[in-house]
Amino acid sequence: MVVQQRLLVVFTLRAAWKVQQHWAEVRLWRVSLFWLEISLKLHSLCGVFLGVSVNSSEFPSVFPPAACRLSACCWTEMSALFPAHLDLEEEEDLEVFSKKTSLTDGGPNSPSSMMNQYRLEAEEEEEEKEEKELFVTVDHPESHVTAIETFITYRVLTKTTRSDFDCSEFEVRRRYQDFLWLRSRLEENHPTLIVHPLPEKFVMKGMVERFNEDFIETRRRALQRFLSKISEHPLLSCSPHLKIFLTTQDLQSHKKQAPGFLTRVGETVRAVAHSVRGVRSRPEEFTLMQEYVEQFSSKISSVDKVTQRIIREQREYVDEMKQYSPPYSQWGGMEEALQLPLQEVAGCVQRCSTETQLQLQHLSTVLLPALHEYMLCADTLKAVMRRRDNIQAEYEARREAMEKRGDQEGEEVQALQEKVEVCNSSLQVDWSRWRSSMRTDLKTALLSTAESNLQHYEKCLAVWETFLLSQREEGSEQKEEEAP
Amino acid sequence: MMADSGSNEEVAVIGNTDITSTESESNIINTMVERETALLRKMEINVAEAEKRTGKNTVNMQETYTVYLIEIRPAETVPGVGAPAAPDTLWRRYSDFELLRTFLLVTYPYIIIPPLPEKRAEFQWHKLSADNLDPDFVERRRVGLENFLLRVASHPVLSNDKIFFFFLTEEKGWREAVLETGFQDKADSRLKSLSAMFRVKNPDKRFTAMKQYSDELNTVISQLLRVRARVADRLYGVYKVHGNYGRVFSEWSAIEKEMGDGLQSAGHHMDTYAASIDDILEEEEHYADQLKEYLFYTDAVRSVCKKHDLIQYELEMAAQDLVSKKQQREELATGTVRVFSLKGMTSKLFGTESQEQRESRLAALEQSIQEGEEALKEKNTECQEFVQMAWEDIERFKEQKDKDLREALISYAIMQISMCKKGIQVWSNAKECFNKM
Repeated sequence: MVVQQRLLVVFTLRAAWKVQQHWAEVRLWRVSLFWLEISLKLHSLCGVFLGVSVNSSEFPSVFPPAACRLSACCWTEMSALFPAHLDLEEEEDLEVFSKKTSLTDGGPNSPSSMMNQYRLEAEEEEEEKEEKELFVTVDHPESHVTAIETFITYRVLTKTTRSDFDCSEFEVRRRYQDFLWLRSRLEENHPTLIVHPLPEKFVMKGMVERFNEDFIETRRRALQRFLSKISEHPLLSCSPHLKIFLTTQDLQSHKKQAPGFLTRVGETVRAVAHSVRGVRSRPEEFTLMQEYVEQFSSKISSVDKVTQRIIREQREYVDEMKQYSPPYSQWGGMEEALQLPLQEVAGCVQRCSTETQLQLQHLSTVLLPALHEYMLCADTLKAVMRRRDNIQAEYEARREAMEKRGDQEGEEVQALQEKVEVCNSSLQVDWSRWRSSMRTDLKTALLSTAESNLQHYEKCLAVWETFLLSQREEGSEQKEEEAP
Repeated sequence: MMADSGSNEEVAVIGNTDITSTESESNIINTMVERETALLRKMEINVAEAEKRTGKNTVNMQETYTVYLIEIRPAETVPGVGAPAAPDTLWRRYSDFELLRTFLLVTYPYIIIPPLPEKRAEFQWHKLSADNLDPDFVERRRVGLENFLLRVASHPVLSNDKIFFFFLTEEKGWREAVLETGFQDKADSRLKSLSAMFRVKNPDKRFTAMKQYSDELNTVISQLLRVRARVADRLYGVYKVHGNYGRVFSEWSAIEKEMGDGLQSAGHHMDTYAASIDDILEEEEHYADQLKEYLFYTDAVRSVCKKHDLIQYELEMAAQDLVSKKQQREELATGTVRVFSLKGMTSKLFGTESQEQRESRLAALEQSIQEGEEALKEKNTECQEFVQMAWEDIERFKEQKDKDLREALISYAIMQISMCKKGIQVWSNAKECFNKM
């Protein structure tokens, strides 16, 4: 099949994806929007290079091998999904990138015009990003007491326009363990995707009680964020486990269908073996990623620590402030001419103390959780990188073993190689998505904090200026009294 | 009595909220100067500098102490004409001021004598040292001493005192002059005034009320100062910890591409924020000093009330003494023993005395009674005069206190406003930086 035809298919699929009625058909192709995006981006890239290469005499060296291989990866994936009568051969693709091609004509099927079409559609898509297909909330915590234990469940409410869901609204109750289950399933099925972390099990540090109101509220917010992140993720939101989690009333029976204990042990053993062996030649972009993750982890942890200290100091300040207003009041009660100013100052101090309390609350409920979340993300990233390394190590081990035996490239090794490539490319894309999301989230949290602090000072300013104004008025009244 | 200069009224009016606290403070000083005693019409008084000296003290040991430079300038009659004359200067140390004040306390017991700044730092929050040689403490003490001199110089009665005048003008020989006045002999023993306080029967109710008020004021201001110091301490902590954001954001910005610039510049603003607390709290110390002055004033008020008790007690004693002498005379004259007395007993046991003895005793008694009546009259006058002068000064003090403390509260509000404005600036800037992330 010629490139233009394939591109046409991809575009068509993509266009079909946007229309609800066609979702069922598109899904027959077992293709997700995520992959369509990747392949289209790659082909726009290929198109650009094609355009450049045709006009340059240095063609082979201009075209980066990586783009080629990734493209090949995608096609391998897609080719398996195309109906049998479509004749697909990879060699044909590579021919495209030779000078003999007639694709430079600029006709309606030329890469350049298709590229333009793609750009147009990309713009349209930006506008539509606001619409969410899947909208999840977590609320209404409730306490359950059984003979063995006491635990909290949360109401998980789902509203969706997706056609693969039977209804448009679902309501279930879930406990923390259920969230843990969902996350571990997602990580298992997508080892090199970045799955947003869950709030920690139990915070010993502040001696926080498990059933303390603040703790429950903080956890509820974090659980909601977790589900929001998952439902926004192009790949993870299509996970069957997510669907089960959101829709099934009785989750317990599903949970029992997890892969066997022994299988998991086997996987772990292999993982450890590979990590001990180490990766031979890690692609540079992942080394850079690793370095970044290490540093990010330590930096975000520092910011978190500083924020915690600020909260502690501020709490003590608020406590002292509360003691500061009564003496002024008391004094005012003893005086005559000074009574009013003293009472007013007492009032001002009191109001400022209340405002500081609000500011403190904002720090605890907005900034600190966001920082904490990204500390947990750093740990997730480290785990993802380890898994990626393991996949590569496993492939390298197999290949080495084969080469030692002198065998030809077997199917198993080839499959592993492809697995490595797929994982790498999916991680790459998810990585840039995560980076962008991190930037947005932390920027929002910091902006919000700055705004809250700003408002705090503005309110206190107003309080004291009112006092000054009233004193000024009193002063001018006195002046009038004393005037001869 | 009000000055016609018009620039500063009796009540310092705040024209706008941008007036700084130092300006507000000088408003207070101006209100003092405005009272235009004869002394202040002649001269301007400054405590300009402080210097460290070493020397031998009374037990012949080396010690380091601070001296303060007092500058006297002739008051300008025509402002701006000609070069200002060079001031007369002399050096005084803290103990000289103490001596002066003690002298005034004894010599004018019916006046509320302005207090000196503290000898040792109290009500400190952790940052300020309690070291007497610490430059910040010395500076605040300098201001306090100048304040003391101005208060005395603007007092209608105290400003006319010769010893005070010499304090300002004669460096050498002043101490001797003070001691020569023999004022120490006039000082009441503490035991005397203590017993008077408990035994007086009919003190003037106004003084009792005033004493109670000053005790309560002392308590409430002490409490206020203590809490304020703790609040300042905590606020210091909050601001300084934000400084850590500066370092951490800077480190983080090094690993980020798009976020780097925004984080780095936000970090700088956090450093600015952390540094700003030093000035803010330094200014608040002035406010604390203003409150402290009135805390120490309560001691002076208490002294006046105690003196009243003493005089009243002496008056009551004199009256009682006279009454008992008159009774004795009556007994002697009529021969009746109304009240148990040793004389009565002994005369019963050992026989009465002769007629001559009785008459000579009567004569002596008459003399004594007359002296007693003179003494009573004197004491009465003394008491009345004391009450009148003291109450006049108490009224003057009340007015001064109301005005000064209102000024202090206003300057505190101004400080808070300034602090809020700085905070608004910093966080607006930080917000912009975060926006660029």
